[in-house]
Amino acid sequence: MTSPTNVAVTTPTFDDAVARYEPVIGLETHVELGTASKMFCGCSTVFGAEPNTQVCPTCLGLPGSLPVVNEAAVRFAVMIGLALNCSISPWCRFARKNYFYPDMPKNFQISQYDEPLCENGWLDLEVAGKIHRIGITRVHMEEDTGKSLHVGGASGRIHGATHSLVDYNRAGIPLVEIVTEPDIRSPEVARAYVDELRELCRALTVSDVRMEQGSLRCDANVSLRPRSAPGEPAAPYGTRSETKNLNSLRSVERAVRYEIVRQAGRLDAGLRVVQETRHFDEASGTTSSGRSKEEATDYRYFPEPDLTPLALTHEYVDAVRATIPELPAQRRARLSVDHGFSPAEIVNMRNAGVLDLVEQTVMAGAAADAARKWWLNELARRAADAGVAPTGLAIGPAEVARIAELVAAGALTDALARKVIDGVLAGEGSPDEVVAGRGLKLVSDGGALAEAVDAAIAAQPAIADKVRAGKVNAVGPLVGAVMKAMKGQADANATRKLLLERLNA
Amino acid sequence: MAITRDEVAHLARLSRLALSDEELGTLASQLDVIIGAVARVAEVAAGDIPPTTHAVPLTNVFRADITRTSLSQADALAGAPAAEDGRFRVPRILDMDE
Ligand SMILES: [Zn+2]
Repeated sequence: MTSPTNVAVTTPTFDDAVARYEPVIGLETHVELGTASKMFCGCSTVFGAEPNTQVCPTCLGLPGSLPVVNEAAVRFAVMIGLALNCSISPWCRFARKNYFYPDMPKNFQISQYDEPLCENGWLDLEVAGKIHRIGITRVHMEEDTGKSLHVGGASGRIHGATHSLVDYNRAGIPLVEIVTEPDIRSPEVARAYVDELRELCRALTVSDVRMEQGSLRCDANVSLRPRSAPGEPAAPYGTRSETKNLNSLRSVERAVRYEIVRQAGRLDAGLRVVQETRHFDEASGTTSSGRSKEEATDYRYFPEPDLTPLALTHEYVDAVRATIPELPAQRRARLSVDHGFSPAEIVNMRNAGVLDLVEQTVMAGAAADAARKWWLNELARRAADAGVAPTGLAIGPAEVARIAELVAAGALTDALARKVIDGVLAGEGSPDEVVAGRGLKLVSDGGALAEAVDAAIAAQPAIADKVRAGKVNAVGPLVGAVMKAMKGQADANATRKLLLERLNA
Repeated sequence: MAITRDEVAHLARLSRLALSDEELGTLASQLDVIIGAVARVAEVAAGDIPPTTHAVPLTNVFRADITRTSLSQADALAGAPAAEDGRFRVPRILDMDE
């Protein structure tokens, strides 16, 4: 074996690395299921409680306690499996994964081993206009571990700690682990996969998928192989590293990207990639070696004797299938066909948290484009300014639809519509009440506008003469004067038209 | 031999047990006797009996997703050898994943 110390490793650029090596990426994602109670006992799963107040003999692993499976957790796992196009196992068991670490008080974790609940599915992603089908190897159920706090070392790290403190509130919360085939070829697609999986779980309402709270976290397996020339068979997979516990979309992308250039640097220098687990450091954007996998991870799995097998019937699975709502991909297709939204517009609305609101606004009668524009450009910003989610604003789809309708009918300009929004947000009532209360109705005909037009012509006779002589474009200052006189409550086009009529131009 | 001395040493390491050479020898022979006794079950089971992991022929034993009152923090920690800040206090953990 070559010693790394006497070989210079230079890290190539990312573009250089992927020009010569093909990245092969597989992801393992843990999703905490949003059940009210834990996987095997009745303790609450609510996040943020005082430590060790959501524990009982079962989830503390006390002698004499027995686990009983939470039906909702199984149902949620089946929903995820079906939404990922998996087949649902007609018979499977739980297994004990034995290890000695204080985050599991039983000294084992109940998981599934060679008999996962769901297998052989796929998830389609669209990245930069191209569809990527990512194979799903398996979806299995397990229980989450407790949380350890390491005391005495630098900034809560295990290294150098004098002792650790453990809170078992999280121990026993139901999890699914979703494992992909090594089908991913770039950091962007890895990120898009986690993003789509998160949207899928959110649409199924099986998890709150809050990555920052750890309810969705991801391990990335990355290896490189030489790119083969066209027509040649692909090279065998290289040795992989596994980067653990990535807890944001950005971290997934950055960690995978870092591993690609790190491994390329080693391979360029004639070194081998070590099969090991690695940890990603947010601050530096780098990964560092954890325990080497070659040092035996021997979990001594065996079937869990305290639980009976799961034998889900066709009827059960079909009944769960009937509860699956519209999935994100179907929804995007429908929004595109029905309302003409582009994929980028849909992503923007989703990321701004206004997609549901836009859809409800359209259902309340607004034109799709107007609904998108008001929520995305105006209201998302106001929500951000107020520090609330767009759904938390004191204006909803019905009000926005009414405002869009008034603008479309020519009764409000965009500038006036913003004032109506101000009024609704200030609690002055419905849009129509604000229009009446603030006197915001647009004046596009009638006596007031005609008077203002005549006054403007009388006040600026030189300009009026120019326009009469045929210089139609000279009318601008007159339009401005009328708008000013009308305090913005005139429609500029109607004003201009009326001025030109009066001047016979 | 149903179990070797090396296997016992491996299990001891996984179980975080420090065993002397002498203890390894004693335990290996004792475990061998136990495994030998259990192995007699295999002599009785004919080929048409599938392996089982459960004594009762039940499947799908579920509970409804309903919360129950948990232990108080004081009760939860009552049996702990050491506690601090409402948490179980454990000795320094060697670096390991999760
Ligand atoms: Zn419990």
